[in-house]
Amino acid sequence: METYFILPFTLGMLFLLIVLFIKYGLWITKLSHIDKLRIVQSIFTRRSWDAIKESFLEGLVHRNMYKRNPLLGYMHMCFAMGWFLIIVFGHVECYMYYGTLAKAPWYPIFFQYYVHEWFPGERFMTNLMDFLLLYILTGVLLAYFKRINSKIFGIKKTTKLKPLDRVALISLWFIFPMRLLAESATAALYGNGGFLTNTVGQLFVWIGVNSSMESMLWWGYSLSLGLFFVGFPFSRYMHIFTEILFIFLRHYGIKLKKQFNSYSRIQVYSCSRCGVCIDVCQMHVANISNNQSVYILKNIRDQNLTDRKLYNCLLCGRCEQACPVRINLNDLRISQRIRATKEFNSDYAFLQTLPVDEPQMIDSKPEVIYFAGCMTHMTPGIKKSVLKVLDKAGVKYQFMDKEKGACCGRPLMLAGQYEAAKKLIAYNREKILESRAPILLVSCPICYKVFKDDYELGQITIKHHSEYFLELVNQGRIQLAQSEKTIVYHDPCELGRGCGVYEPPRELLRMTGQLQSVQQEKVNSLCCSGSLGDLSLSMADRNVIKAETLKVLLQKNPDVLATACPLCKKTFVKGVDVQVKDIAEIVAEAME
Amino acid sequence: MIDVLIIGGGIAGIETACSLQDLGYETIIVEKEKTIGGHLNDWDTLFPTHRSASEVLAHYTDETRKRALTIYLNTYVISVKKQDDGTFEVHTSRDVVFRSKAVVVASGYKLFNAERKEEYGYKIYDNVLTSADLEVKLKDLKGEFKTPTDKVPERIAFIHCVGSRDEKSGNHYCSKLCCVTAVKQAIHLKQLCPKAEIFCCYMDLRMYGPGFEEMYREAQEKYHIQFIRGRLSEVGENSNGTLQLKVEDTLAARPCKIQVDMLVLMVGMESAKSTELFAQSCGLKCAPNRFIQPLDHHIGSNLTNVEGLFTAGTSIGPMSVFDTVNHAKATAFAIRDYFINTAR
Repeated sequence: METYFILPFTLGMLFLLIVLFIKYGLWITKLSHIDKLRIVQSIFTRRSWDAIKESFLEGLVHRNMYKRNPLLGYMHMCFAMGWFLIIVFGHVECYMYYGTLAKAPWYPIFFQYYVHEWFPGERFMTNLMDFLLLYILTGVLLAYFKRINSKIFGIKKTTKLKPLDRVALISLWFIFPMRLLAESATAALYGNGGFLTNTVGQLFVWIGVNSSMESMLWWGYSLSLGLFFVGFPFSRYMHIFTEILFIFLRHYGIKLKKQFNSYSRIQVYSCSRCGVCIDVCQMHVANISNNQSVYILKNIRDQNLTDRKLYNCLLCGRCEQACPVRINLNDLRISQRIRATKEFNSDYAFLQTLPVDEPQMIDSKPEVIYFAGCMTHMTPGIKKSVLKVLDKAGVKYQFMDKEKGACCGRPLMLAGQYEAAKKLIAYNREKILESRAPILLVSCPICYKVFKDDYELGQITIKHHSEYFLELVNQGRIQLAQSEKTIVYHDPCELGRGCGVYEPPRELLRMTGQLQSVQQEKVNSLCCSGSLGDLSLSMADRNVIKAETLKVLLQKNPDVLATACPLCKKTFVKGVDVQVKDIAEIVAEAME
Repeated sequence: MIDVLIIGGGIAGIETACSLQDLGYETIIVEKEKTIGGHLNDWDTLFPTHRSASEVLAHYTDETRKRALTIYLNTYVISVKKQDDGTFEVHTSRDVVFRSKAVVVASGYKLFNAERKEEYGYKIYDNVLTSADLEVKLKDLKGEFKTPTDKVPERIAFIHCVGSRDEKSGNHYCSKLCCVTAVKQAIHLKQLCPKAEIFCCYMDLRMYGPGFEEMYREAQEKYHIQFIRGRLSEVGENSNGTLQLKVEDTLAARPCKIQVDMLVLMVGMESAKSTELFAQSCGLKCAPNRFIQPLDHHIGSNLTNVEGLFTAGTSIGPMSVFDTVNHAKATAFAIRDYFINTAR
């Protein structure tokens, strides 16, 4: 009669399993045919092992989160790791007593209720289980605390909750304290339990406890578990299992597409709303605090994303870099923009009718095809320097967009104008392939990114001028003179986080001057605020963000502020006294 | 203690000093350059009459000499401090500390640095000049007019609003004198090179002053200067040193390319850096456009939020020569009122 209390737990768990089975089943079946093939082909390879390893490190230990924010990482680890271990050792304990694992799932969960007598290893197991419970309880305590004062976690703002999240959250808060009370009540009545439950049990004896009270507490424990399981699929806790699924799919080589699909959905549900992305966002400087990635993902789930929030983002990628789950936040946002954008009249037929450029004086296959892009044409100092270096090194090059050129397509892509971007990509791609040059040289990281991500150029290697110039130096085709000038380097978002180029510009700068380090650099570098990713941000807000970035960059009063992106240069050059120069200009000046 | 210390020996400063002398006050002028006259030294002719700037300058040099005005050249102001008794203590790059009953800020303006609009190619392409460079070139002209790469120009373009009415360069305001200057310079060049085709790319043409609109009409009808409504997006250089402009013609609603031999950028006016610096030292209020904020736009544009501190000329915003002269004269009267009121 008393054991009816297992019902809420059992029903809740059944419900959860059924819902998860349906949801994950649907998501996986909706993956593209190729993605499914990828899964089948990699499931029995090393990739699965790597995925298991990562699931352990990120899903349970929360290593990445720990690196960002130790206290927050510890809290998440308490819940994940603690709960995982308590389930595992619950089963071990159950096996030790019954000698079989084929017991109904409620036996290991409510073991203390069923088993009161001694068995070999009982002392050790109960103490271990108590220790794990205590471990989780410290996490619960931190969670309570975080709701009251998120600042001690290094979080300025915590995420807002919707009703079902609240149900799940509150039941989660109750689960382990209830377990403690229930086990302690049993310990009080039967004298079992470990260092924690037995001690609390003594207190219960002192108050006076009877079996109906004990039963009530076990009911409470089961109810909070059941309620949590029912709320689970509709709350943010979906991330717990979805993250694991995501880790496996990622290891199987599935990539996020520009169009929102099933894999995008899996990524959206993998977000634990830890809030790490909120703090790294530079928009706070301009008092914009409703558009950070965590809110966007939540809005996608709740289907109430507004354009205002969606488009007000620099797409600098700082949040993506910081995300402990490694969700592709930038591309997810772009995919939403593609979804939200109405196709405008993007007729580029005129490109085909453009008169052909005067034939360039190249007798054979060029070494490189150079694409300057709109932004480099708008910063002729950079263009001139790139050409000077190429000429001086005797590089045989074709200047693809010397007179007439089409845009690379990245600005359209950032704005969600996917179809329009595709037309430009097709046009440029043909021209690049026609040149038969083995290297595509770009002087704008914005172009670089789209060439790398969306062009499918096959054997052609894409090189930013910093990478190519370094190669020229290493081949001895150009020589650089070193000066005494101090230089700091600003990593452009699209070049650094976007394409992973951090070292070549720095190496060149070390050869030409005295490179100083800055506080937030490389993956953590700040955005200049000039980004084309955000067309709704006002100039005043941009200037506020820029000022903050400059403060970090100019802390050591360098002689030169170097960057490798024409847009960053244009953004910084207004309003600072320090010289702002592109790598190309610095190299051209330093050439002997 | 002297009556009035005037910061700046341009036409605003000298005119204020002359008028104050007429009213019986003793003044000194502190000028950071080695000569008086400020920007007037750099101009060839003045709109709307094409009168030589040196003529106007000569008037002020003569006045200075005749009236024996006290001027400290090569001296820049470090700080202006108001004392408890209402007088001022002015620290300069010289060792002496000046004390005066009132101070006039006639520190003028500076020109927009066109290098900040890199897409226009200033200091990158040889044949890109600013309007100020062109004035110097015209002033020193001997013989035929040629571009910096030594060619008699066949096509010339003027770009209006460089660094004015431009959010991206941080200046929202209109510098108001560049429009008419462009028209004046375009006519001048057409007179020098009658065969040249001349284009002016503008947003709006603000011909606010007497004779300005007439000049603009003359530029079109008599000199056949072509006015294109649209901004320049970027400049490229051809291998022969000529320039290719990508401009939008908003009236024809289409983009166009123009090949020219020389490009003139009509740079706007900005508050002088030194003005901002010493404004901070004495709590002088600056407007969002960084020029000094007048106490009252309508009936007290010579007054500031600091009593006893006055402005004259372009320290409060872009002004033409004649506006500056008038403003400076009014400043002298405002100071007289101040002295009469404080003596009471």
